[in-house]
Amino acid sequence: MTTTDEQTQTGTHAQAAAAEPVAGLDTVEHATRTPDIDQPWSELGLKGDEYASIREIIGRRPTIAELAMYSVMWSEHCSYKSSKVHFKLWGENTTDEMREKLLVGIGENAGVVDIGDGWAVTFKVESHNHPSYVEPYQGAATGVGGIVRDIMSMGARPIAVMDPLRFGNLHHPDTQRVLPGIVAGVGGYGNCLGLPNIGGEVVFDDCYQGNPLVNALCVGAMRVEDIHLAKATGVGNKVILFGAKTGGDGIGGVSVLASETFDSGGPAKRPAVQVGDPFAEKVLIECCLDLYAAHVVDGIQDLGGAGLSCATSELASNGDGGMRVELDLVPLRDASLQPHEILMSESQERMMAIVEPDKLDEFMAITDKWDVEATVIGEVTDGDRLVITWHGEVIVDVPPRSVAHDGPTYHRPLSRPAYLDALNADSASALARPETGEEIRAQLLTLIGSPNLCDKSWVTDQYDRYVMGNTALSQPDDAGVVRVDEETGRGVAVATDCNGRFAKLDPYTGAQLALAEAYRNVATAGAAPLAVTDCLNFGSPEDPGVMWQFRESIRGIAEGCKFLGIPVTGGNVSFYNQTGDVAIHPTPVVGVLGVMPDVSKRSRSGFRTDGAHIYLLGTTRPELDGSEWAHVIHKHLGGLPPVVDLAAEQALGRALVAAAEAGLVEAAHDLSEGGLAIALAEACMRHGVGATIDGLDQVGVDADGTILDPFTALFSESSARALVAVPAGSAAQFEALLGEVPHRRIGATGGRDLEIAGLFSVSVSELESAHTFTMPAVFGS
Amino acid sequence: MRIGVVTFPGSLDDRDAARAVRACGGESVPLWHGDDDLRGVDAVILPGGFSYGDYLRCGAIARFAPVMDVLVPAAQGGLPVLGICNGFQVLTESHLLPGALIRNDHRKFNCVDTRLVVENASTAWTSDYEAGQEITIVLKNGEGGFVADDQTLDMLEGEGRVVFRYVPDADGRNPNGSYRHIAGITNERGNVVGLMPHPEHAVEEGYGPTLDGRGFFTSILTHALETAAKA
Repeated sequence: MTTTDEQTQTGTHAQAAAAEPVAGLDTVEHATRTPDIDQPWSELGLKGDEYASIREIIGRRPTIAELAMYSVMWSEHCSYKSSKVHFKLWGENTTDEMREKLLVGIGENAGVVDIGDGWAVTFKVESHNHPSYVEPYQGAATGVGGIVRDIMSMGARPIAVMDPLRFGNLHHPDTQRVLPGIVAGVGGYGNCLGLPNIGGEVVFDDCYQGNPLVNALCVGAMRVEDIHLAKATGVGNKVILFGAKTGGDGIGGVSVLASETFDSGGPAKRPAVQVGDPFAEKVLIECCLDLYAAHVVDGIQDLGGAGLSCATSELASNGDGGMRVELDLVPLRDASLQPHEILMSESQERMMAIVEPDKLDEFMAITDKWDVEATVIGEVTDGDRLVITWHGEVIVDVPPRSVAHDGPTYHRPLSRPAYLDALNADSASALARPETGEEIRAQLLTLIGSPNLCDKSWVTDQYDRYVMGNTALSQPDDAGVVRVDEETGRGVAVATDCNGRFAKLDPYTGAQLALAEAYRNVATAGAAPLAVTDCLNFGSPEDPGVMWQFRESIRGIAEGCKFLGIPVTGGNVSFYNQTGDVAIHPTPVVGVLGVMPDVSKRSRSGFRTDGAHIYLLGTTRPELDGSEWAHVIHKHLGGLPPVVDLAAEQALGRALVAAAEAGLVEAAHDLSEGGLAIALAEACMRHGVGATIDGLDQVGVDADGTILDPFTALFSESSARALVAVPAGSAAQFEALLGEVPHRRIGATGGRDLEIAGLFSVSVSELESAHTFTMPAVFGS
Repeated sequence: MRIGVVTFPGSLDDRDAARAVRACGGESVPLWHGDDDLRGVDAVILPGGFSYGDYLRCGAIARFAPVMDVLVPAAQGGLPVLGICNGFQVLTESHLLPGALIRNDHRKFNCVDTRLVVENASTAWTSDYEAGQEITIVLKNGEGGFVADDQTLDMLEGEGRVVFRYVPDADGRNPNGSYRHIAGITNERGNVVGLMPHPEHAVEEGYGPTLDGRGFFTSILTHALETAAKA
């Protein structure tokens, strides 16, 4: 409701006030006069050499405001100072062919890919782990809010969200504090924004106790010509802050929360978590889309971590000039905020736009229509400085690039952890196995109700998966699928995956397995994989073992992407996910996005009719190390993860996409945690249609060529496999398009039982009872 | 036939409702909360969402939007109005329909495909259904528990104004704790209908659990044609 008149008046007032210095204000002039004042750089998380380097860059001691800006922007969370030396692996593994698919690559708010017919899609996954542990509801809610604003700032309409979540032990009392709040926060924010939540993960493992992982992914769509970038160009263009007022919430949230572990006895961190207002964000989305449609926005940036410090310095750094900002014009929720607090505040639901002066009135008319407060707080200037004033006095005068992009770079030591040899030698092959059909049946029922494999509708029913009317597939299917073009049905599929146990055993292979699984899930739904985003969740980078895991994971993903020919478009790193010396399993969550010309042809995961042929595609090996079976039945983790065969994944993916395109698929489901047994059980439970499996002896052979025993055939977690049900009449056509993909017809759908011939039979309703019992038993129905 | 769909700040399913109108053969007309006329539409849909962030109480602020100043008398004069979810909450706050919607008894947001029995197939919005017919459409809300005093509930039942009931589960529970399993009701004239579930999410093959929601949008076209024929 602010008008340009009001701003002009305030601006004049500010200039008039310039004659009288503001008492106690640490101006640039004051800083120059008082070079030797002690500054709280250490309390702000800066290291001694970092502080020295700031002094060198600006040629004097920083003002308090400058110190605040550098400290948040040079924090691990904002500057990627421990990780960025390894990012060159992305570039080195991106071929020209992969680059051609990218309309916008790594480094912007989110990457953008071309999905055809003039449509561009942007997507990204980010972490909000530490805030969500401190304050589950608001931490998770603002995690969704932040990633949605990243997507908005590319010029896109957000069209879907997904939330990969990881918790400690399901039965631990703290999980009962953390999980309901996080789930309610994800739902409370996303539902109110009107974005369908189409998938994600809910994983439990003791390693996440005290360090839950809350990753949030958002997908947005736009016409190719509507892509917007975060840069401030054009001398005299206006800098506009719009959206919510700035308050004291989240001050230092990024630098403090994201860079410290939760040792007991530390100071209370609660006030540092931001508070979200999804209604304000919903209005902001619609307002931004109107602004884009009116072509009144030159550059745009969301305000997230590091708030105004980040937005002003990044916009200016990405542009070709400087920027001048009158900080006292920023509308405040709390009038007592100091200038450096305003710069650090992480109040939510704010955006910054660069607007040409002759488009200002039109801009303001649109923000007025949506009752969104918008204020001109500065302009793009000639030269190369970011200058910020407070009532006319200069409190910041820095090269913007030094704040936004030239932060410190660490070459942290890395070394392969010593424990790995013993861990890798401790194979699951020594564990006791079920011998009779009855024992296998009992273990299947245990597994299907175990925390990671049980029904997650207690969580996902709290998310709106239907809003927008474009959802073609959502959890618990293999991937989330949404329509982008309502005329043609063109759309995208997205899946996220990571098995942290595999990454613990071998981070390179584990990261590739995460990539392979997400790729496979997208292809299983019938979409051709196109691009990748990742959220790299790790322990402390100061631990050389963790740093080694980190580098191996990046290498695994980057080299895997190169092989598969799909580029990484962006992502996020979250370090310090550890308590004391104990880090979480390395958890490189990989999101893959695929495209479909018509999403109505997507493959669903459940058996729907009797008499369809069931095929197992891919090669099954005796691979039980790190498996869900070893984890649940024996609480065992050791050995080596399953073999990665990306050529096989690619061939399997092509076949699955071709089969969906040809309309041959009655159901398709990927094989992952729990192997064939769990995939079959899930496909049966989806619509209550059973199956008879009589070809278990054809599933695979071991290294010696001996036929796999039924237990191994059922529970091995070999990659590059999928289950496909095909109507009997389409079987020949289906087999013909499989080409080199190994395949076996192992049974048929029908009845109300899952029968494994010669071994056991279990009714679908008994499977369902075991499957659906677990979460309501802990959290209530 | 022109069906208006009102957008309040925070409305979410407005585009979906408009799409459903078009999918079933109608013309959708966007109406803005700040408008003070209804652009000559033949019927109005108040869509789902979180108008004004559900602040104060769901629908309590939307009730005072300028568009409601013209909609309320028009509805009292017989204009067909359908309130879906948040729209139902706006209708009860506006006193176009009795009762209130409160927080689900299990205190969680709940998004499920839900079975309903059509009890009144003679309203402007349900004439293409048959009384006693069971339909499955989407339910998604945090505050969808329908409550009213016994006298009002008796009146609604006695006058045949319960339009939809949830099919209770084996334990006799419905998805949000609504009294007497009531999912949707109508006014005395049968032109104003409010319900918590979302018919607009069940009109298109592949993008919802069923096509059972189409009846709302075809019923209103029939109704509008009949009204036009009488005039």
